[in-house]
Amino acid sequence: MVKIKIDDKEIDVPQGTTVLQAAKANKIDIPYFCYHSKLSIAGNCRMCLVQIKGQNKPVISCREQVREGLEVDTKSPEVKKMQKGVLEFILVNHPLDCPICDQSGECVLQDNYFKYSKSSSRLEDQKIHKPKDKPLGPLVTLDDERCIVCTRCIRFCDEIAKTHELCVTQRGGHSEVTTFPGKALKNPYSLCTVDICPVGALTSTDFRFKKRVWFLKTAKSVCTHCATGCNIKMDWDDASVYRYRPRENEAVNQCWMCDEGRLSYKSINDATRVLDPLMKKEGKLQKVEWNEALQKVLSVCGGSLGDVKVVGVLSAQSTCEENFALYHFIKNGFKNSKFLATKKEVKNSSHDNFLIDADKNPNTNFLPLISVGHLSGAADEFPTGGIYFVLDHLTEAQKEKIIAANPRLVVWMTSNLSESGTWADVILPKPTFAEQDGTFINRQKRIQKADKAFEPKGHAKPVWETLAELAQRLDKPVSWNSAETVFKTLAESVSALKDLSYLKIGDQGVMVS
Amino acid sequence: MELILSKNWHVPDQRKLSVAEKNGAYSSLKKIFGMTPLQVIEEVKASGLRGRGGAGFATGMKWGFIPKDNKKPVYLINNFDESEPGTFKDRMIAEKDPHMIIEGMIIASYAIGAHTSYIYIRGEYHRPWEILEEALKEAYAKGYLGKNILGSGFDLDIFQHRGAGAYICGEETALLSSLEGGRGYPRIKPPFPAIAGAWACPTIVNNVETLSNIPYIINNGGAAFKKIGTEKSAGTKLMSASGHINKPGVYEVEMGLPIRTFIEEHLGGVWKGRKVKGVVPGGSSFAPLTNDEAMRTNLDFESCAAAGTSLGSGGFYVMDDTTCMVRLLQFTTKFYAHESCGQCTPCREGSGWIFKIARRIESGNGRERDLNLLEDVCSNVVNGRTICVFADAMAMPVQGFLKKFRNEFEEHIRLGKCPHG
Repeated sequence: MVKIKIDDKEIDVPQGTTVLQAAKANKIDIPYFCYHSKLSIAGNCRMCLVQIKGQNKPVISCREQVREGLEVDTKSPEVKKMQKGVLEFILVNHPLDCPICDQSGECVLQDNYFKYSKSSSRLEDQKIHKPKDKPLGPLVTLDDERCIVCTRCIRFCDEIAKTHELCVTQRGGHSEVTTFPGKALKNPYSLCTVDICPVGALTSTDFRFKKRVWFLKTAKSVCTHCATGCNIKMDWDDASVYRYRPRENEAVNQCWMCDEGRLSYKSINDATRVLDPLMKKEGKLQKVEWNEALQKVLSVCGGSLGDVKVVGVLSAQSTCEENFALYHFIKNGFKNSKFLATKKEVKNSSHDNFLIDADKNPNTNFLPLISVGHLSGAADEFPTGGIYFVLDHLTEAQKEKIIAANPRLVVWMTSNLSESGTWADVILPKPTFAEQDGTFINRQKRIQKADKAFEPKGHAKPVWETLAELAQRLDKPVSWNSAETVFKTLAESVSALKDLSYLKIGDQGVMVS
Repeated sequence: MELILSKNWHVPDQRKLSVAEKNGAYSSLKKIFGMTPLQVIEEVKASGLRGRGGAGFATGMKWGFIPKDNKKPVYLINNFDESEPGTFKDRMIAEKDPHMIIEGMIIASYAIGAHTSYIYIRGEYHRPWEILEEALKEAYAKGYLGKNILGSGFDLDIFQHRGAGAYICGEETALLSSLEGGRGYPRIKPPFPAIAGAWACPTIVNNVETLSNIPYIINNGGAAFKKIGTEKSAGTKLMSASGHINKPGVYEVEMGLPIRTFIEEHLGGVWKGRKVKGVVPGGSSFAPLTNDEAMRTNLDFESCAAAGTSLGSGGFYVMDDTTCMVRLLQFTTKFYAHESCGQCTPCREGSGWIFKIARRIESGNGRERDLNLLEDVCSNVVNGRTICVFADAMAMPVQGFLKKFRNEFEEHIRLGKCPHG
C-alpha cells in the first residue's frame, strides 16, 4: 500500500493502481471517456487530466501510477479549465442531436457536460459533417458525427473479441471509425461496442429509435440463452422487453455478453406466447378458462390411480423453482411417480472459449441436484398409459414417444407455442423468466437469480401457482405460495443448496457444491 | 569556416561510392572498430552535438539511454521524414552525399549496439529514396554493410521504409507506430524509445543531419567539433532558406551566425529591394520574429530560444513588408488542421477550429472577440494537454503571430477585408 493525497484527502491505495482507479475507489469523481477497465490505456480523450504537485504539466490520471507521497489535484482552476476545454472541443463538431439520439439520457458526454462545463458554444463556423447511419455490420449502426474517437470500440475488437474489424481512417477532425476494407463488424460480441461507446455513435440496429431510455425500467436478470448465464440488465416497459445489457459479474461474464444471447429477449415479446389455457377438443386445441383446464386435469388425476404412473418431465430450460415445484407436486401428491429431464438440443451449436457455451440450456446443472438424469433414449423411458406433466419444450422424437406410450393425460406447461401442440391434452400458459422470480445454475455451478421484471402476460400463471392450486384441490396441499418459498423448500431438501436464500444469492450468485 | 556537411556537395558524382571514398567516406569506420561502443558515445558527448530534427537534444546523452543490461535487439532509426514546412535540408544531404548518412548510421549503430537500422523516409521523397537505395547497394557490395563489416565482427543491415504522407510521422513515436505497420499515432511517453521503441525494443531515433555529423566527429574528435559554433550549440547548421529573399536554398552556417548577416550576406538580401517584416528561423511550428527581433538574434539554439522562438530544424523563411501576416497564419493553420493525427481531443478538434477562425478573419468575416477566442483555444491545447507536442507546434505560431502582428488582425476585422487584396 502507498499513501497518496487526492484533493487534500489522504488515502491508502495498493501499489500498481492508477490515480483514476484510486480516485474511483475513494468516490472522488474524475471524468473520462476513453478509459475502460477491461481495455488498454489509450489516453486520447484527455478528459481525466489532473495536476500533480511538483509537476508543471498535467497528467492523464488513467495512466498515472500511484507512488508514495503523490499529491493529486482534481479540482484546481487549471484542471477545471482543462475539463471545460476538452468538453468544448468535443462539442465543436458534435451534432448536438440529443433530441433524436438513442444515447440521450445515458450519455457520458451529456453527463460530463452538465457536470463539468455547462458553457455555451463559442463556435461560429460550420461543423464537419460525416455519415449519420452507417452500418458497420449486421447489428451495429454508426452515427459518425457523434463519435468522439475514444477508440474503445476498436480496442474491444482488438483486445477482447480479437477480431480486429475496426480502425480509424482520415485524420484530425475528419477522423472516422470504420471497418477495415472488406471486413464487417460481425464478431459474436459486436453489440458490446454499443455498450462501451460513451456517446450515441455506435447504436444497436435492433434497438435504434425504439424507445427513449428514460421510459425503460431495469430488472437484474440472467441471460437464458446458454449455460454461461451472463448477468444482464433487462430493460423493459409496458410488459415488453426492449433490450438486454450485460451486468457486471467478474466471475461470469465480466462486463460482456454475446450478440446471440443479447437478442434472445425477442421470444419474451413474440407472437408465439401462450396467453390462455388451451384444451384439446375434437382433435384441436381451444382456448378455455383456467377452471375448465384445471377441472380436466383433476378429473384424470383425482381419485385412485392404481398403478398409473405420474410422470414429471423436467427441463434444463426452466428455473430451479419451476422444476422443483413440479417435482415436489408429483412426489407429494402421487404414490407412483417417475421423473425425466429434457433439454434443448441444438445441432452444431455456436460455442467459443469465452462466453458462448455449446449447451443452450440455462439450467443443465440443476436437475442432477434432485437426482433427475437427462433422457437416456431407452425404449421404456416413457411409461405406457401414464399421466404426463411436461415443462417447456420437447424434441419431436420425444413427443412421438409420448404419443406412442398412449398416455392417459398430457399436461404441458409452456410460455411459447410455435407448433400445433396437439400431442398435449391441456396446455397451461406459464410466464417466461422475465415475468417471475427464478434461479438457474450455470455451467460453473453458480446459482444465479433472475428478478421478475413485470406481471405475467395474458392469463399466464407461474408453474408453482398452478401446481399449488391443483395440489389444494387434490387435497395434498403444498407449503409454498411464491417463487421464493418454493426456493426455501428446495433449499431445505437439497443439501447442495442448504442455507441458501434469495438474499444470499444476491446480485452476483453463489457457487453450489 | 570549415564545412562539415556540404563540403562535397559540389563534387560531381559524389553520391557514387568510388568518388565519395576518394573524399574520405567510410574512413572513420576503421577508427571506430578500434574503439569500444562506449568510447564512441563519449566522443559524441564530448562534441556537444545536439539533435538537428528540431528539439536540439544532446545526441550522445540520448545514445547513453539504452539500458545497460538490455537483452533485446536495439534499433537505430534515421528520421528522414523531413516534413516541417520550410525545411528541405535532409533531402540535400541524401541527394548530394548519401554515403555520409550511411557512414553516420554505421557509427551510431555500432555505438548503441544496433544490428538493424531503418531509414524512415518521407513518402514524397522518391528521388532521395532512389539515391539512398543505390548507395546502400554499393555499401553492401563493398562490405561496409552486412555481416562482419570490414572484418570487425560487427553486423549491420539498413533498410529504407517509406512514409505514407503524414507530417506527424516525423514525431519519433508516431514514426515507430508507422514503421511497425500501424497508424501513425504518437505514443504516450514514458516509456521513451530508448527504453521501449520499435517493437518495444530499445530504439534511438536520430535526424539525418544529426547522423551526418558523426563521421566528422569521429575523424576529427569531439573536441574539434565543439570548437565550431557557440558554447552550447556546437557545430554547423544546415539552413533551408526560402521566402522573400534573393537566393533561396540550403546553406551550411556556423552556429551563432547573426540572422542579419545570414540574410544580407548569404541570402543576397530581401527581394525586390524590400524590407524584412518578419522571419521564421526554425520552421512553421515556432513563433515568428519581427524585423527588430530578427536583427538581434543569432542562428543557434540559445539565441533563438531567448528571442521566444526556436532554431528548430532550420526551416528559415523571410516575409517582406508587403506580406499579409493574417494570410500567412491562415496557410499555417490549414497545414496543422490537415496534419493533426486526430488522436487527442484538443488537437483533433482545436486544429480545425483554429484554422476556421483564421480563415474567417482573413476573408473579412472576423469579429473582435475572435482574437481572444484564438488565444484561449490555443491555451487549451498546449503544455501537456495532448500526447505529443504537435498541438504546441500548432499553437506557437498562432500565439506568435497574434502577439507580434496583432494590428494586422485587428485591421482585417475592422475593414471586413484583407487590406493586401
